[in-house]
Amino acid sequence: MTPKHAALELWPAAASAVAVETDYLILAFTVLTLVLTVPVFLAITWFAIRYRDGQEANRDTSGIRSNLIEISWMLIPFLLTLIFFVWGARLFVISKNPPPDAMVIEAIGRQWMWKFQHPTGQSEINDLHVPMGQPIKLRIISQDVIHALYLPALRVQMAALPDRYTELWFKADKPGTFHLYCSEYCGTDHSAMEGSLTILSQGDYQDWLTHSGAQQSKVAAGKAIYNAYGCGTCHDDGSNVQAPKLAGLYGRAVRLADGRTITADEDYLRDKIRNPNGNRLAEGYKQIMPSFAGVIPEDDLGRLIDFLKSNTRTVGDAASGEATR
Amino acid sequence: MSASGTIDSGIANREPHAPEATLDRPADYLHAQSTLRSWFLTTDHKRIAILYLASITAFFIIGAVAAGVVRLALVVPNGAVMANDTYNKAFTIHGVVMVWFFLIPSIPATFGNFLIPLMIGAKDLAFPKLNLTSWYVFMTGALFTMVSVVLGGIDTGWTFYAPLSTAFSNGWVLPALIGVTIVGFSSILTGLNFVVTIHTMRAPGMTWFKLPIFVWTHYATSLIFLLATPVITTALILLIMERAFHIGVFDPAYGGDPVLFQHLFWFYSHPAVYIMVLPGMGVISEIIPAFAQKKLFGYRFVAYAAIGLASVTFFVWGHHMFINGQSDLASLAFSALSFAVAVPSAVKVYNWTATIHKGKLRLDTPMLYAMGYIGLFVLGGLTGLYLATLAINQHIHATYFVVAHFHYIMVGGTVLAFLGGLHFWWPKFTGRMYNEAWGRISALLIFLGFNVTFFPQFILGYLGMPRRYATYPPEFQMLNVLSSAGATILAAGYIFPMLYLVYSLWFGRKAPVNPWDAKGLEWETTSPPPTLNFASPPEVPRVPYDYPIQEQETKAQHR
Repeated sequence: MTPKHAALELWPAAASAVAVETDYLILAFTVLTLVLTVPVFLAITWFAIRYRDGQEANRDTSGIRSNLIEISWMLIPFLLTLIFFVWGARLFVISKNPPPDAMVIEAIGRQWMWKFQHPTGQSEINDLHVPMGQPIKLRIISQDVIHALYLPALRVQMAALPDRYTELWFKADKPGTFHLYCSEYCGTDHSAMEGSLTILSQGDYQDWLTHSGAQQSKVAAGKAIYNAYGCGTCHDDGSNVQAPKLAGLYGRAVRLADGRTITADEDYLRDKIRNPNGNRLAEGYKQIMPSFAGVIPEDDLGRLIDFLKSNTRTVGDAASGEATR
Repeated sequence: MSASGTIDSGIANREPHAPEATLDRPADYLHAQSTLRSWFLTTDHKRIAILYLASITAFFIIGAVAAGVVRLALVVPNGAVMANDTYNKAFTIHGVVMVWFFLIPSIPATFGNFLIPLMIGAKDLAFPKLNLTSWYVFMTGALFTMVSVVLGGIDTGWTFYAPLSTAFSNGWVLPALIGVTIVGFSSILTGLNFVVTIHTMRAPGMTWFKLPIFVWTHYATSLIFLLATPVITTALILLIMERAFHIGVFDPAYGGDPVLFQHLFWFYSHPAVYIMVLPGMGVISEIIPAFAQKKLFGYRFVAYAAIGLASVTFFVWGHHMFINGQSDLASLAFSALSFAVAVPSAVKVYNWTATIHKGKLRLDTPMLYAMGYIGLFVLGGLTGLYLATLAINQHIHATYFVVAHFHYIMVGGTVLAFLGGLHFWWPKFTGRMYNEAWGRISALLIFLGFNVTFFPQFILGYLGMPRRYATYPPEFQMLNVLSSAGATILAAGYIFPMLYLVYSLWFGRKAPVNPWDAKGLEWETTSPPPTLNFASPPEVPRVPYDYPIQEQETKAQHR
């Protein structure tokens, strides 16, 4: 599910009590910012008009006690901002200490996909389904570079480090589908390492675990495999490598280099991935793609083809909705 | 205290190698000699400053073009304009070039180099040959990095986080890392030169509390150059070792710790923010009194604030790592310490504002930049406190909020101060006046374009758009288009000064000695100055910023 959004939003959705309080915190901080800055801006503007060269003005200096004034404008803004240090620290400490009854979901990051494993064994790629009203603790690790799991609707993020677990916990209280991102730059398809966080009622979550866990994710899993093997580096629409673009390929007629025309069906896609060259080469292209026979396991190959079948528009094109997500 | 009797002998005694006869040479430093050799082998701090000015302007153009590519890509959400790799390389080049080859050397290596000896009444820096060496070191490092760009670029981001940079990136990472490492030595040499110069080369009577704030902030900057740069040099050498020879330091696959790299990186790179910001504060502290014709308010506090900032900045690096696996206790400490940065920053801003109060204001180009600077620096600084607040950081860390924040500091702060200073001292550097109308138009365009470009990014960040994204959800498009539109206004604002300033070199009105009625020893000598800076030894004034309008401040101000 792609989160639904208006064309222009000015405030993000909040799906937990911590998220709501974080919003209050930043709003209050913004009020303080205005209190501290607007007088300075107004003063500069007023002085620029009032004391402009050529203006008649009283420029007699008044013998200001500068030490007192210096100390007051050093300390007053500082003490006011410290309120926000304390408030922010309090909220941070809460969000760092999960309750003991939190449900643990494993999160694994790798270039360029997220894998989530539920305590009951179901796993999903790039999408995360969680129950409402239940503390959830994500145990996060990376298989390669540093990533970071970012859930904006909950106002939290945490690094995924190679070889070391990190934690993130939350208690969602609003159903819906929200964005889920990688927020630590991790290479070529960093911006494709995203998916959705779906918050469900307890009943819907149980239902999802028993029924939809396996089927919903075939296409998403296929996309993750497509990304993991770097297929898009050559085959995406935006790529500048001389390679056939795969969006919308399934079911189309393809002219081969030896003059035959065949239909791009499942078998053709499968053979083509395993042994791309020889008599399967498409017309107008060079033999540059390596063979993936024995490289991509059979079950993954099936998911990859499922993804290619679903991929009727541009890869990565947000408008194609579920098909590419 | 002022000892006018000793000034006469003072200047000549400071530089033992200077031949007496050159004092009488009528030509200024620009026309003293005209061969290429006289430029590329010069030891004149003013000529070296011009070499730096030309170099960093070239790098600014490269970095700005890369920024243009980034803003072009982000006009559409689906990455249709360019491949992800191209986008990643563009923002990496933008960051690397702007940070290391423009912002860090910008004000110190050009204005600092040119003006410190003039402001303290010296003939040159303490080590003129070392000064030339540091320019060659800088250019060598830059060359290595440019080689990597020409060969195909790098896609690590300017932060070079391991293990992405050491084990996973396919780009030309090594030449870029070697280049940045070499450039660090140029910073160290410049810092050393400034510290020794300010300690030993001041004209007789030029006591510490008569130094312009520009010199104070450069002194503080030089301390950071000397103390922080060796740490990034070490970190980058370790990174090179790991990438080239698989010596495990940062990559867990070889037994390393990737968070260690972030600690080392930010131990330098946070203070580096003040390498960029402090010299700018120095420039603003010169411009505002000159265009208000009023003594700088709270001189000593502003001077101490510079040293305060340079000190506090060494204790806050961990605020870059609140979500990166640092201990919670460390995060609490770094958050609290980061709030302390607000104190010296507030001192600066309020004192500049108080200086304008009851002044005699002329809103010429440098003053417009200075006023724009105050506004943008205040917003950049306060949004820094948002990021230092732990709970807010958990949300906006690594989003466009961060991008907006540091551009308000780097562009709104450093670049505006750089342009303000360039216009302020242009008559002194070149002996020519630029077109004032064009100057004002450009200053306003830059202020407007900057805000249209970067203010929407605060909103994008709070909405949750991660930075360094080649593609993004469609609901963020409108704000991104607005930002890109602002960038075109900003670009126009940058192009105009390049044109009318260069034009003024040949066709500008000849500049008088002191076109702004400004105080400070650099305005005592001719425009442009002679090779040895002063035809006759300058007289050190009774007080710093000896402008017609003075607050009746406490006696503590200048004992």
